[in-house]
Amino acid sequence: MLEIKNVSYSYGKSEILHEISFKVEKGELMCVLGPNGCGKTTLLKNILGLLTPSAGSVLIDGDEVQKLSQKKLAQVMGYIPQAHTPPFPFKVFDVVLMGRTAYLSSLAIPNKKDEEIAQEALAKLNITHLKDSIYTKISGGERQLVLIARALAQQPKILIMDEPTSSLDFGKQTIVLEHVRLLARKGISILMVTHDPGHALFCADKVVTLKKGRLLELGIPQDVISEDSMRAMYNTEVKIDRMQLPDGRIICVCVAVPKPTGI
Amino acid sequence: MKKFLLILLLIAAFLFSFAIGRYAISLPQLWSILYGHYFGSGAETNLETVVFNIRLPRIFAAMLVGAALSTAGAAYQGMFKNPLVSPDILGASAGAGFGACLAIYYSQSGFVIQLSAFLFGFVAVLLAYLINIKLDYDPTVGLVLSGILISTLFSSGTGALKYFADANDKLPAITFWLMGSLSSVDKGDLFSALIPITLGFIPLFLVRWRLNVLAFGEDEARTLGINTNRLRLIVVLSSTLVTAASVSISGMVGWIGLVIPHLARAIVGPNYRTLLPVTFILGAIYLLLVDDLARCLGSVEVPLGILTSLIGVPFFILIFKNNVRGWK
Repeated sequence: MLEIKNVSYSYGKSEILHEISFKVEKGELMCVLGPNGCGKTTLLKNILGLLTPSAGSVLIDGDEVQKLSQKKLAQVMGYIPQAHTPPFPFKVFDVVLMGRTAYLSSLAIPNKKDEEIAQEALAKLNITHLKDSIYTKISGGERQLVLIARALAQQPKILIMDEPTSSLDFGKQTIVLEHVRLLARKGISILMVTHDPGHALFCADKVVTLKKGRLLELGIPQDVISEDSMRAMYNTEVKIDRMQLPDGRIICVCVAVPKPTGI
Repeated sequence: MKKFLLILLLIAAFLFSFAIGRYAISLPQLWSILYGHYFGSGAETNLETVVFNIRLPRIFAAMLVGAALSTAGAAYQGMFKNPLVSPDILGASAGAGFGACLAIYYSQSGFVIQLSAFLFGFVAVLLAYLINIKLDYDPTVGLVLSGILISTLFSSGTGALKYFADANDKLPAITFWLMGSLSSVDKGDLFSALIPITLGFIPLFLVRWRLNVLAFGEDEARTLGINTNRLRLIVVLSSTLVTAASVSISGMVGWIGLVIPHLARAIVGPNYRTLLPVTFILGAIYLLLVDDLARCLGSVEVPLGILTSLIGVPFFILIFKNNVRGWK
């Protein structure tokens, strides 16, 4: 499905990514984990075709991303940025409808069919009631769901998410994550960058960890996220424990327990 | 519904503008003049001359320039993701001003002044565009920056021309041109501006849905399937055609391109699908009415540019105050 093959990226003389390789299969939810400045965002931009790797390639079903047109690419891959505020107070429905841009002939405006698809996208995330709200006036969590709906309106095979929970409060984070988990169950491949190992443990099928532009480990979250590996990545003590959810799922929780210094 | 009302308002403003002026013409009189012109004997009356050779071209010019500057302003505000951008941000007005002054300085005819204004307006934006590519900074912020550089360059050129111009006839002509006016617009001016303005309008209207997406920023627009470089080029080229051609017949008429898109946004919201046509109509109405004021306010014409700023600034404060929610 999505294959990252020996991708290196340099900006000027500094190498930001060094020979990164991994695959995301159909319906798989892959988390990218790493400390600040490890190259997560640069990796995403290379995958999205916004940057071109200095070496190596990004492939979707065998096609090189950098060689596809923006339009073709947007039909297979959706991007969910961190929730932000655009300069104009668009209606939520209009924002979601923008997900149809890749399917419009170059001068057209969206038609009935596009509006139906946008409507379905809203319904999938249970936010139909926000349809006529003003995008700039809803809460951060709602905005994030709207951006997911917009990406769904693209009807993509792959979703790329850049820390979709970073600006949300504690409760909203898990609501968004749960939606993300269910989307993967429906067969969409998801690559999600996150800064919280707990999120990866909560919903990911696989995890890759990055540090200083190099891939450290790749595997299922319970293996990759260990007290040792987290200590190595974040330079802090970490405790990991198992717990059972009401629905029977067993998940791990990961808590940082920094040793106080100088007291 | 709102659009329908606006079109009615435009027609009303159009008829009203016909009727008022140095020669007051009542509506029945207007009707008989129109009837006489198309179906009558062919002998031109004084009033007929006023209507067809003076008032009509001027009314059309006011509507055209108003619609043009407003539409270009709205398109730029979306493209630059900034509600405080006006259509001359990339140097179109400064370039056109310089071009006109240069032609006036060398005592050229009205047509050459218009042509020179248009060409220099276009060249100014082209230079800004090329400098931005050379700078290789942010695609939109860099463009604004190069626009400011180019504007400054052409404004100092205009300043130099004013300094060297003959203070008895050239300097007043230059100053008057820069203040903006539609008083000397005739049929020929109108038609020669109509072509580039129409050529600019068509692409702007066709890409108007995409302008929405561009307002979300470079990266998002690209991941939503837009070739941003191409779209930006289309918007810049079209807006420049429209702006340079307008300024070439009207001189510097400020604030419309900033104020009217905001007024339109307050009425129909930010979606360019409806925003652009509404901005177009509102711009036409607004400049038509302001130009009526310029014609009728005193025994001597008040320069249009002065009025649009005088009215535009308080108007802007009013709309901005009621409209600012959600912009930050």
